[in-house]
Amino acid sequence: MVSGEQTPTQYIQHHLQNWTVGEGFWAVNVDTIFWSVLLGVLFLWSFRRVAKKSSAGVPGKWQCFVEMIVEFVDNSVKESFHGKDKLIAPLALTIFVWIFLMNLMDLIPVDWLPTAAMYGGYWLGFVDDPHDVYMKVVPTTDLNTTFALSLSVFALIIIYSIKYKGVKGFAKEMTLTPFNHWALMPVNFVLESITLLAKPASLALRLFGNLYAGELIFILIAMIGLFQLPAHFAWAVFHILVITLQAFIFMMLTIVYLSMASSEH
Amino acid sequence: MNINATLIGQTIAFIVFVWFCMKFVWPPIINAIEERQKKIADGLNAGERAQKDLEKAQEEIAEQLKEAKQQAAEIIEQAKKRGAKIVEEETQRGHEEREKIVAAGHEEVASERNRAREELRKQVAVLAVTGAQKIIEREIDKDAHSDIVEKLVAEL
Repeated sequence: MVSGEQTPTQYIQHHLQNWTVGEGFWAVNVDTIFWSVLLGVLFLWSFRRVAKKSSAGVPGKWQCFVEMIVEFVDNSVKESFHGKDKLIAPLALTIFVWIFLMNLMDLIPVDWLPTAAMYGGYWLGFVDDPHDVYMKVVPTTDLNTTFALSLSVFALIIIYSIKYKGVKGFAKEMTLTPFNHWALMPVNFVLESITLLAKPASLALRLFGNLYAGELIFILIAMIGLFQLPAHFAWAVFHILVITLQAFIFMMLTIVYLSMASSEH
Repeated sequence: MNINATLIGQTIAFIVFVWFCMKFVWPPIINAIEERQKKIADGLNAGERAQKDLEKAQEEIAEQLKEAKQQAAEIIEQAKKRGAKIVEEETQRGHEEREKIVAAGHEEVASERNRAREELRKQVAVLAVTGAQKIIEREIDKDAHSDIVEKLVAEL
């Protein structure tokens, strides 16, 4: 759906531009926040409905579905994380479902929501030219989202390390592994710091990279004319796998990192 | 695609979501699941126990049935024997009764006949005497010939 005035480059750039309010660092990507919060609320609202009337009796269909997901997450947590913790399981559930829903926005044909936003924004009088409206509907293709998630997990890694090993234990781990010798403490510290920092970076970049690439391919497919229909379908089918897998990987790695942080080497 | 304040917003949103999930979503659901798992396990156990009980009860029933059959057969056997015995005894007694009745009948008949004969003899004697009297009245004296008549009566 390339409109007459746009070159392909402009079309792609337009699609990859966030709706931003503000300047510099204090700018806010309104579309990212809007869609992610909407999806998060949708997730919590629908699950809360089940939680409110959940009982040990015969479950309804939606309750069955929710319980299936909850049990799947619970099993994943139990497999990797030994010991009692009130936070990890709900954290894993939130990560899994929220990321899944955000990724799922990728399957909505790339022009629908942006076009609706374009004419909606123009009609409501926000902008003079419809082409000034930017709307990126997949929050996980925004580095801010993926880094917000991974940095929260990173903070939890540090909190758990200190909680389970103490400040001293954590400091020891940072300086005396892998080479247990005082002279090699700086080397150890550099190595361990890289290991530690690689965790949030890889978490965020993996999710972002996969979804950004997927989105880009959807946009490219959208430009090839009528043949886009089967191509779009094929890529969407494949992308369902990516969407689920990325949500699962993020959840699984969070659990693994936290269980590593909370156990002695 | 720059890092900007969205990062902070998203972090806050994430923390709020996780907190809400931890407080209001996760515990009720996982409790319900665990409770149901326990219920199902209990149910399965109860079912297994009931199955075992049933098998035991069936075995017991079969045994009791066998015993009852045996007892019934014994009772029937006894009853048959007793019945046969009663029939035999009754037959015996019937025979005896008949003999007795028949014997009594014979005796009565004999005594009746004797009595009749006696009567008849008496009547014949009277008749003979009467007849002889009629004849003798005409021919002989009653007193002169009474010894002959007596002799006649004695011979009857």
